Parts: sequence; structure tokens; C-alpha cells
Amino acid sequence: MSIIKTDKLAFEYIRRDEEGNVEGITRAVDDVSLEIAQGDFIAILGHNGSGKSTLAKHMNAILYPTEGTIWVDGKDTTDEEYLWDIRQTAGMVFQNPDNQIIGQIVEEDVGFGPENMGVPTAEIWERVEESLKAVGMYEYRKQSPNKLSGGQKQRVSIAGVIAMHPKCIVLDEPTAMLDPVGRKEVIRAVRALNEVEGITVILITHYMEEVIHADKVFVMDDGHIEMQGTPKEIFSQVERLKELRLDVPQVTLLAYELEQSGVPMPKGILTTEELTEALNYAQGK
Amino acid sequence: MIREITLGQYYQAESVIHHMDPRTKIVGTIAFIVSLFLANNWIGYVVMAAFLAAVICISKVPFKFMVRGMKSIVLLLLITVIFNLFLTPGTPIVKIWKLTITQEGLRQAIYMGIRLIFLILGSSLMTLTTTPNNLTDGLESLLGPLKLIHVPVHEVAMMMAIALRFIPILLDETDKIMKAQIARGADFESGNLIKKAKNMIPLLVPLFISAFRRANDLAMAMEARCYRGGKNRTKMKPLKYKGRDAAAYLVLVLYLALVVATKKLL
Amino acid sequence: MAIILDHVSHAYEAGTSMQIKALDDVNLVIPDGQFIGLIGHTGSGKSTLVQHLNGLLKPTTGNIYYNGADIHDPEYNRKELRSKVGLVFQYPEHQLFEIDVFKDVCFGPKNLGLSQKEVELRAYEALKQVGIADEYFYQSPFDLSGGQKRRVAIAGVLAMKPEVLILDEPTAGLDPKGRDEILNLIAALQKERGITVILVSHSMEDVAKYVQRLIVMDKGRVMYDDAPAEVFKHYEELEKMGLSAPQVTYIMHALKKQGYPVNADLTTIEEAKNEILRVLRL
Repeated sequence: MSIIKTDKLAFEYIRRDEEGNVEGITRAVDDVSLEIAQGDFIAILGHNGSGKSTLAKHMNAILYPTEGTIWVDGKDTTDEEYLWDIRQTAGMVFQNPDNQIIGQIVEEDVGFGPENMGVPTAEIWERVEESLKAVGMYEYRKQSPNKLSGGQKQRVSIAGVIAMHPKCIVLDEPTAMLDPVGRKEVIRAVRALNEVEGITVILITHYMEEVIHADKVFVMDDGHIEMQGTPKEIFSQVERLKELRLDVPQVTLLAYELEQSGVPMPKGILTTEELTEALNYAQGK
Repeated sequence: MIREITLGQYYQAESVIHHMDPRTKIVGTIAFIVSLFLANNWIGYVVMAAFLAAVICISKVPFKFMVRGMKSIVLLLLITVIFNLFLTPGTPIVKIWKLTITQEGLRQAIYMGIRLIFLILGSSLMTLTTTPNNLTDGLESLLGPLKLIHVPVHEVAMMMAIALRFIPILLDETDKIMKAQIARGADFESGNLIKKAKNMIPLLVPLFISAFRRANDLAMAMEARCYRGGKNRTKMKPLKYKGRDAAAYLVLVLYLALVVATKKLL
Repeated sequence: MAIILDHVSHAYEAGTSMQIKALDDVNLVIPDGQFIGLIGHTGSGKSTLVQHLNGLLKPTTGNIYYNGADIHDPEYNRKELRSKVGLVFQYPEHQLFEIDVFKDVCFGPKNLGLSQKEVELRAYEALKQVGIADEYFYQSPFDLSGGQKRRVAIAGVLAMKPEVLILDEPTAGLDPKGRDEILNLIAALQKERGITVILVSHSMEDVAKYVQRLIVMDKGRVMYDDAPAEVFKHYEELEKMGLSAPQVTYIMHALKKQGYPVNADLTTIEEAKNEILRVLRL
């Protein structure tokens, strides 16, 4: 059963100039039809302005489609009756670590979601403990968020979302404002949630290295889905990705360059081990 | 580096006062302020001083922290004392130049001065022993009945809590923007008042825009976490009265009764 | 032109028990025309260091000299120093405030007290240098895209005609193409103008590709100060500091372990490719 399904989804907004006159219409998302299976780790790649964030915001009904439909766990997002169910089913973590933390203490922030859902006090505490442990931030529960690093803040936000017991988490460029250490922390936490707890993860990003372990990758450009497939399939198309203003992991690029220089290489090399193997094979070892 | 600015300067310690329900402390502070205006003779003032001293002692907050709050009102104190000293009509004691100090004036000046000092000490004590978040919880609870006349108590409390959370962040941002503009040759120091105000534009415009951006992001994040106002919302840390609160209320009642009684004594 | 840091230390809350040493006995000479990379884990002191270079922060001990003059001498004109040492902060687009792009870029030169004509000339030049088309000049800066806003902010500093340009994470938050564009722009500027550029970055791949000198900071001290290839040889020590070498370096070391007689101390894809090809043909 697909946790998220879209059918010819489109989102338009009107551009106005300084005086408020209509300048034009932008189709930020255009004719997107996709299905995401429960338990998968999905990545949505795209350059800034490709529509990936706009698409993501449809998944928890922050935005509504101008055309087409999106179902979350079988429920149409435009159906008002299901609004809060949908938001509980599909949790979202945003880009700016500071601008999504409400509580003055870590544990209070993680409890915010359950409080809003009317969860009884005792159960809130259970959920807060579980969630903080799941992201490795339990020892920081009494601290002020201001004392945490970017990666730690994002993990707290992820805990805050898990505490709502969602079926799927959408992460909208969660690592864009973090340093490399922070990025690793967040991706590690997110992968663990997917592998251990079976929560569907939808990661919106433009960092290629974060995507190599995904089950499926969508590449967006100009509001459309331009490519979809496994990471291997996507990264074998180096030239296409460059046209779409994206990049590939260094090892993939190196393999590609070697292949261009005449060394027989399989497509879509994602790790150093694969590269070494390929070279060994090319040498006839 | 985000500075840990604690408004009202919360002083961390383990004391009965610290652990008391914030509602008790708010009500207690109001009761104490009311008592300041009930007493009208020196016995009353002694009772008030004794009560205040006792509470300060129990709170384990060092006196020098309490005195900090006083620095801001030194000027007000001086003006109050001087006005009362020289402008109260009554039996003259001494004449300096054209100004007369009367007996009543001396008494008024002393009483008013003490009242002001006690007022500041009393309210400081509340902010020193209660975290800002705890205070907003307490206020939200106490003002709860106002919901019946459609006052958005929960929303206001939420706004206060969010503001408190973001003040250090915005202060940090102000610092960053200032530095960025100084690096472009901006000057926030020199010039007269009008010039200085104008020079603030490169600081205020980006700051406001940033604040709005944050507010927008935060609103989206809150909605994503199913926030829909105060209806049907449970609390992770609900306020519950304990034994010590009941005892505190009792002490307050006794204290007020005592102060009222002193009025009859002289 | 040279900036000299002589035994510079900087402590926050100096003299109290809460003292944090942000810089610890830093000695550096920054000459003309170098392209320098500055890396370090968050909290290593790199932001504090760059704020000393234009006089925004004052050392607790030690001296800083610009062209031989002590910049914290009471007579020294630090405002002028800031026009010579340009500092572009992280997310510089957050400092934009004017009604239109052109006016905002004029802010810097105007503060230098130049004539209106000179101010406008510089603003125009700077905007052209960062590749902003004329049609955007009179638009509100807030109507531009993220990448464009960033370039406008950089132009704002370039308009001051600095001799040294310091950029703190200029690619933060940009997509891959955006990152390439900004870095290529900076590299071109460095080459054309012959100015010294200090690039503070978290991306080892980026610094390896562009800079000629790499300074590594950790806990307020300068740990390495050498060419990138030399610095990345110490990748194990770098990892202990929360840093790493470019992915390429790790790939080369892995290949070496497998028995390929490669020079493992390479840092860019171009070098790696050529080396592998060389070895394969043996």
C-alpha cells in the first residue's frame, strides 16, 4: 500500500509586482504522478527552484494542489476532515534548525506535538523518552536548545516529529544549514529510523552523498519529475544530472571520467569499494 | 555565541520557593504588594520586613542578586523621597533655604521609600525563583477564567513563551547584522540622535525581515506538529498544587491578617 | 600588502573563571595575492580569526599589523581598514536592506565618503563583476532568487575595492550549480584582481580544488598551514578534529592498499584520474 500517492499534481501561484498587479503565473509543481511505498527511504533531488520543497509541502497538507490530487495514507489532503490525521501521519522537519523549536527545554519541545494531539500527560512522557533515545539525544533532554549544535537541534526536531507516531517523515533539506558533522548525525538518525522502526522517510536534498542508500530517487526540474530510479540508475547518468544543475558523489564522477578516458567501467558506481572492484576487473585481476 | 539572557535573571537554586507552584508565587507577590499599602504604622512595616526577610532567606538567593534589581530604581527612589520630604504639609521640623521638612514629610518619605524598596525586592524574588516559562504557565492558568469572556489566554501565553525562546536568537542575529554592516563601513556610534536613528535602518530592516521569516517558518512548523490553538490540548507539565503550596497560602492569609491587625494597634 | 598576526590570542570573558580561549597564540603572515583556505570544525576559532583581520574584534593579547601598522593603535583608522579588508559573512543576503539592489551595493562606498559619482561607478562595476544583469539593478533585493541575493551581497563588499577578500562559507545553502558558480566567480576575481582571498569553508573538496594554501584550525590554534596536498596527508589527524580529506584522497589510499602503485596524496578528481590512468597503463 502506498503511503503517499499523487495523480497529476500541480501547484500554481500568481506572481505580483510591486503594485499588486498580476505579473504571471508560476507552476512550481507540474503534472507530478508518483507513488511511495510504506517503509521505503525515498530521496527527492533537485536544484533550488525545481519544485521539490513545494511538492514536499503537499505531503502534510501545508499546501493544497491547484490541480490533481495527493493521497496520504489513502486520504485526500483536500478533505478537511482528515487534516489533522494527515499531519500526524506525515510529519515534517524543516531546514532551519532554530525556526522549528518551540520549547525552552529539549524535552518540552519534543512534547509539543503530543500535547497538541491531546495525548495524556503520562503517555507524553513515554513518547518523549522513546523519541529522544531513538535519535540519541536523551542526555540532552533538560538542556536549552540554544546550547545545541545544528545537527543536535535537527535531531531534536526529528524526535519531536517521531513523538507523534507518524507513518512517514518528510525532511525538507534538513542538512542544508549544517556542517559536515551535523549532516552525518542527521542522516544517520534518519536511516536508523527507517531501518529499525520502519518509518517511511522522504528526504529532500541536494547533497548527493546523502542519497546513495535510498531505495528510490526522484529528480525534479522545473516542477516535473525528470528522472526516477534507484541511486545506481540515477547516478549513472552523470551528464543528465549536470544538465539538471546537480552533482554526483566524487567517486561516481571519477569513475565516469575514467570511463570517458577509455577504461571499461560499469555505470553508477557509488562507493570506493565498487570503484576498486571495477578497476580490478578492468585489469583482469 | 548565543548569550544566555535570562529575563528577570532566574537564579538557579534548590529551595522551597523555587519548587513552589508559580501560581502560588504570583498570588503571593500580589498579596505582598497589597500588604505594602495596608500597613500604616511602624509595627506594620516591621511585620512586612520580617516576612520579606524570611522569604528571601528560604529562597537561598544571595542578597547581592536581590540588590541588582534595585540599581534601576535608585533615581525613582531619590525623587520619591525628596518630593515627600519637602512637599508634605504639616508640623515643620527643619528649614533648609526655602524648603521645609515636616514631621509628616519625614514619615511619608521613609514609608514611601521603604514601600518602593520592598516592592522591588518582592517582585524580584518572584522572577529570581521562577523560570520565564514557568511564569507564563502560571499566568495562563490564573487568567484561565478570562477565557469565558473570550480573552485569548492560551494564545497570549503561547506568544509570550515563543517570544522568550526567540529573544536570545534575535539578539544574536542583531549582533551578526551589526557586524556585517560595520564591515561595510557602517557607523552605529557617532552622530546626533537623528543621525543615529537613521543609521539604525541598515540594522532594523534586515532584523525585521528576519523576524518575520522566522515567524513564518515557525507557524508552518507548529501546524505541521498539529497545533490548532488551545482546544483539547493536554500539558506535559501540568501545574499541580502540592502540600507546600497549601502551607504557603495559609502563611499568606495569616500574614495579611497580621498586617491588617497592626493597623488597629497604633 | 601583508597582514601579520603576532602571538594573537582572544579570550571571551577574559579574566573570569568562565574564560573561553577562542584564539590561542596565533601567528600568521598573509601576503598579497594568495588564495587561502581556512578550515576547522565549528568552534575551532575560524570565525573569530577572520573577525580579527578587519578589526571587528580585538585580540586579548598579541598584535595585528596591516602593511606594518598596528591596527589597534589608537591613531589607526580602522574604518579605512575595513575598506581594505572586506569581510563577507555567512548568509550575507541577510544584511540586504535597501529599496533596490543598486542602492544596497552603494551603501559600502557611500560609508567611505566617496563622491556620488565614484560611489555609483563602483556599485555598477561590482554588480557587473558578480554577474548581475542590468535589469535587476532597480528591483528590490528581496525579489531576487537566493543565489542572486548572495551575489548582490558580495558585490556590496566588492564595491569597497578591498585588497583582501574574506568569505565565510560563501556556498552555504546553495545547490551544486550555485556552489560552482560562486566559487568560479571568486577564483576568477582572485586571478584578475590579484587580491588575496581567504575562503572559510567546510567542504574539503572545494578548498582542494581552488586554494593554494590551506590553514587548519582547531581549538583556537593553527594546526596546519601548508599546500592542500600536504595538509591532506594528515587525514587521520584531521578526522580527530572533526574534519576529513576530500573523498578523492580516501579513494586513492584505498587503491594503494589494494596494491595499485599510486601516489595517494592527491586531492582533486583531475589529479586522481590522471594518476589512475598512468598506473593502469603500466
